[in-house]
Amino acid sequence: MATWIPLWLHKLGSPPTFYRFAGAVMPWAMGLALLFGVIGLYGGLVLAPPDYQQGDAYRIIFIHVPSAWMSMFVYAAMGVSGFVALVWRIKLAEVVAMESAPIGAAFAFITLVTGSLWGKPMWGTWWTWDARLTSELVLLFLYLGVIGLYHAFEDRRQGARAASFLAIIGVINVPIVHFSVVWWNTLHQGSTVNIFGHSKMPWEMLWPLLAMTLATKCWYAASLCRRARTDILALEGGKDWVRAIAEAEGAR
Amino acid sequence: MSALQHFLAMGGYAMYVWPAYAVFFAVLVVDGVAPRLRRRRILRELRGRLARQAARERRPSPPAN
Repeated sequence: MATWIPLWLHKLGSPPTFYRFAGAVMPWAMGLALLFGVIGLYGGLVLAPPDYQQGDAYRIIFIHVPSAWMSMFVYAAMGVSGFVALVWRIKLAEVVAMESAPIGAAFAFITLVTGSLWGKPMWGTWWTWDARLTSELVLLFLYLGVIGLYHAFEDRRQGARAASFLAIIGVINVPIVHFSVVWWNTLHQGSTVNIFGHSKMPWEMLWPLLAMTLATKCWYAASLCRRARTDILALEGGKDWVRAIAEAEGAR
Repeated sequence: MSALQHFLAMGGYAMYVWPAYAVFFAVLVVDGVAPRLRRRRILRELRGRLARQAARERRPSPPAN
């Protein structure tokens, strides 16, 4: 193996080490997710003023936009780890890619449902086949396709590789979702928050949105750790260290 | 109208805002609970497998007629 890769990274790739590492990270990530979530929700639902056009309906933004960002972020993470899994055949990368899919699907689903609940009072319709909504729906279907393909194989690792391939091809949809409001004339409003420039949003509304973004990021980290740990137990069921865990938890 | 009622009314948009938040929390709770249940099932099945294996090893294999 290449010498420029630090030793600890090699060790982290081994399932028992990763299992312990993820177990140590998980409570911190979950704690931060809940902390940022409580702060963000208080700021967004209580402290932030109503919008001058949309009244209080705009408060859906504090869950809709962070979930939408996460649906794309998780897809990118799944694509990258799927690529690593296909090229270097690292078992842990397969686990991360396949266990990211249900979390991303959950965020895509939340995005579509909350967007629909926001669209009804603002646009007068639950759904419209415009570029942003349709491409986000395609993103949800891509997640479901990855999950379905993974489970369609008898051999789990074979399934993970096939599903990783689908995940990589589907990455093309992520920029389409992001730029859909620029490339096409859509009913969906354009970006309000701009990382590299001026955000068209007052600070009292912006900081709860950023807190909720951090909360969803931490939630993903915690959920991924929990799911990866579980999946490692299933994959390594024949190993002594997993048997020791099974017997220790059975004795309780 | 009390402050709480005012808050819950969401300026008349309560029927859109609160279901959106309910969906957000419900989906994330499922996302958090599902792997815990799966972990319990995996370890329970593994213990069953280990117990059957231990029983086989204790008992001499039945004589073939």
